[in-house]
Amino acid sequence: MDFTLSKEHEMARTLFKEFAEKEVKPLAIEVDETEEFPRATVEKMAKAGFLGIPIPKEYGGQGCDVMTYVMCVEELAKVCGTTAVIVSAHTSLCCDPILTYGTEEQKQKYLPDLASGRKIGAFGLTEPGAGTDAQGQQTKAVLDGDEWVLNGSKIFITNGKEADVYVIFAITGMVEKRGRMTKEISAFIVEKGTPGFSFGTKEKKMGIRGSSTYELIFTDCRIPKENMLGQQGKGFNIAMHTLDGGRIGIAAQALGIGEGALDRTIAYVKERKQFGRAIGAFQNTQFQIADMATKAQAAQLLVYKAAMTKDQYTKDHKTSYSVEAAQAKLYAAEMAMEVTTKAVQLHGGYGYTREYEVERMMRDAKITEIYEGTSEVQRMVISSNLLK
Amino acid sequence: MKVVVCVKQVPDTKGGVKFNPDGTLDRAAMLTIMNPDDKAGLEAALRLKDKYGAEVTVVTMGLPKAEEVLREALAMGADKGILVTDRVLGGADTWATSQTIAGAIRNLEYDLIITGRQAIDGDTAQVGPQISEHLGIPVISYAQNIEIEGDSVIVERQYDDRYHVLKAKMPCLITALAELNEPRYMTPGGIFDAYKAEITTWGRADLKDVDDSNLGLKGSPTQIARASDKVRKGQGEKVTLDPSESVAYIIDKLKTRHVI
Repeated sequence: MDFTLSKEHEMARTLFKEFAEKEVKPLAIEVDETEEFPRATVEKMAKAGFLGIPIPKEYGGQGCDVMTYVMCVEELAKVCGTTAVIVSAHTSLCCDPILTYGTEEQKQKYLPDLASGRKIGAFGLTEPGAGTDAQGQQTKAVLDGDEWVLNGSKIFITNGKEADVYVIFAITGMVEKRGRMTKEISAFIVEKGTPGFSFGTKEKKMGIRGSSTYELIFTDCRIPKENMLGQQGKGFNIAMHTLDGGRIGIAAQALGIGEGALDRTIAYVKERKQFGRAIGAFQNTQFQIADMATKAQAAQLLVYKAAMTKDQYTKDHKTSYSVEAAQAKLYAAEMAMEVTTKAVQLHGGYGYTREYEVERMMRDAKITEIYEGTSEVQRMVISSNLLK
Repeated sequence: MKVVVCVKQVPDTKGGVKFNPDGTLDRAAMLTIMNPDDKAGLEAALRLKDKYGAEVTVVTMGLPKAEEVLREALAMGADKGILVTDRVLGGADTWATSQTIAGAIRNLEYDLIITGRQAIDGDTAQVGPQISEHLGIPVISYAQNIEIEGDSVIVERQYDDRYHVLKAKMPCLITALAELNEPRYMTPGGIFDAYKAEITTWGRADLKDVDDSNLGLKGSPTQIARASDKVRKGQGEKVTLDPSESVAYIIDKLKTRHVI
C-alpha cells in the first residue's frame, strides 16, 4: 500500500491551497458575518475550473478523479466551510447524478454549463416531513400530456436561491412492493425560472452561514417530460446513490474544517503565553494537540480511501463505495466537531470570540454531523452492510 | 504568432532561506516557485494566446527538477516546455546563463521573447537584456503593459515617476514586471494534462552557435563570494512628540549615529 500522492495530486493541492489562502480566506469572516453568498469567489472558482473537477472533458469538465475533487473541498474547508459546501453540493449532488443517470441529451444540455460554473447546481430531496425518512415525502409529479406537473416543497436546500439547475425528487405514483403499497419516487431536472417554481424562506443557520439555504416551492410547476432523470420509479435509488457520493464531499469538508482548526491552534499555542511560558509547553496542550492531529490524520485516510473507491466505481461501474463513504463522513464529521471544540477550548476566552476563526469553525463543523445523512444514518448504512 | 517565455524556478522565500555550510543557497532544502516576474511574463504570453492564438513555448535552464516549473506553465496553458539541463552548464552567472538560453532559442521560431525583469534569488535583471543582445534583437525592459499592432509591439515601460510608451518591430524581447498582470491559476485538468505532456530536454550539444568558453562555471566572469540572509532590523522606537521637538529628536539621533 502506497500512501504517497502522485505529483499531479501534489501540484493540484498546491493550487487549491494557494487559491484558498489568497481568494477565500480573506473573505471567510465577512461571509459568515453578512451571511451573503460569496458570488465573486464562486466566479473565480468557475474560472479556475473548480466547479467541474470530476466531470469528463467531453462535457466541459476538468476530467480529473474524485481524489482531486476531494482535495479541493478539503483545502477550501480549511479556510471557509461555506465555500467548500458550495462546491460539494454543486458537484456531488447535481453534476454527479446528471452524469450518472442522465441521457446523452441531458448531459450535453446541462453539464457544460455546470462544469464550467456558468450555472450552479443544487439538489432537492428533504421535505418538512422527510429528512432521514426519505420515503416520507409529499411532493408529487403528475404527467399531463408532454409535461410533468410538480406540486410540493423542499427545505434546507444548499445553493438554494443561487443555483440555476436543480435535481428534484417527487412521487410519481404508488406501487406494490412485497404486498404493500409504497410511494414511487422519480428524479427530475428543474431549471430556475420555470413558472410555478419559487423560493420560500431563507434559513438562518448556526454555521456555513454564507451558503444559500432556501425552501423551494413548486406550484403547478410544469417541466418537459424529457426532464425526468433516470427511469421512472428509480428516484429513491438515484437519491441514495447520489448521497453516497455527496457524503465523500461532506467528509472532505469536515476533514478540512478539522485540519483548519488544528493549524490555527498549533500556531496559537506557540504564541500564547501563560505563567511565563507558551501554553504549547504544557503537557495538557501537547496531549490535546497530539490527539487532534491523530484523529485528523485518521479522518484523512478514510476520506481518501472513500475517494479512491469511488474512482474505482467510475472505472468499472460496479464497485460499491457506500460503506466507505459512510465511514469517512461519520468519522470526519465527529472528528471535526471534536477538534474544533478542543480548538476553542485551547484558545480560551479568545476562542469564544468571533475574531478568532475557531469559533466559526466549531459552528461550521456541526452541520457535517447532520446533513447528507446524520451520523446515525451513517451508522445504519455501515452496520446494515455488515449484518445483512 | 510565436512567443517564447523564459522562466526560472526560484526558492520560495516565504518558507525561509536556507544555506549550505559554505554560504551558498541550499536549494534542495527550500520550497520552489516560478519566479514572480516570469509568471507575469507567462501570463502576458497566455493573454496573447487567448487574443491572437499565439503559440507559447516556455524555456527554462536548471537542474532536472526545474521540469516542475515547466509543468506548472503547461498547467496554466502554455503549449510546449523546453528544459535546458547539462552538468557542463552548472554554476553559470548571468553571462553564461544568457548565452545558454540564447543558444537554445536559436533553435526556435519566435516573434516575441518574454522574460521576467529579474529573479528573486539573484535580483540582477541582466539575463533578459543579455539574451536580446546575443540574438541581435531589440529589448524593451520593465514592461507594465503590452499591446500588439500589426508586426509591432507597443509597450509601456515603467520608469521612476512616469512610464514610456515604446514601439518595436517584432521579433523583439520584453522583460516583464510582476505588476504587469494578475497571473491566472493552473486548472486541475491542466495539471493532469501537463504531466502527460512531453517536456523537451536539451543539453550542451543542442545549443546553437555558442562557444564553450561562454558556458557554465568556466564561462562565468562573476563568482558569488558569499550569500547571507537579510539581517533583521530591531523593532524600532516609538515616541510621541510635537513636530518641532520630533525634528530635533531625529537630528540628534542621526548625529549620534554619525549619519549626519
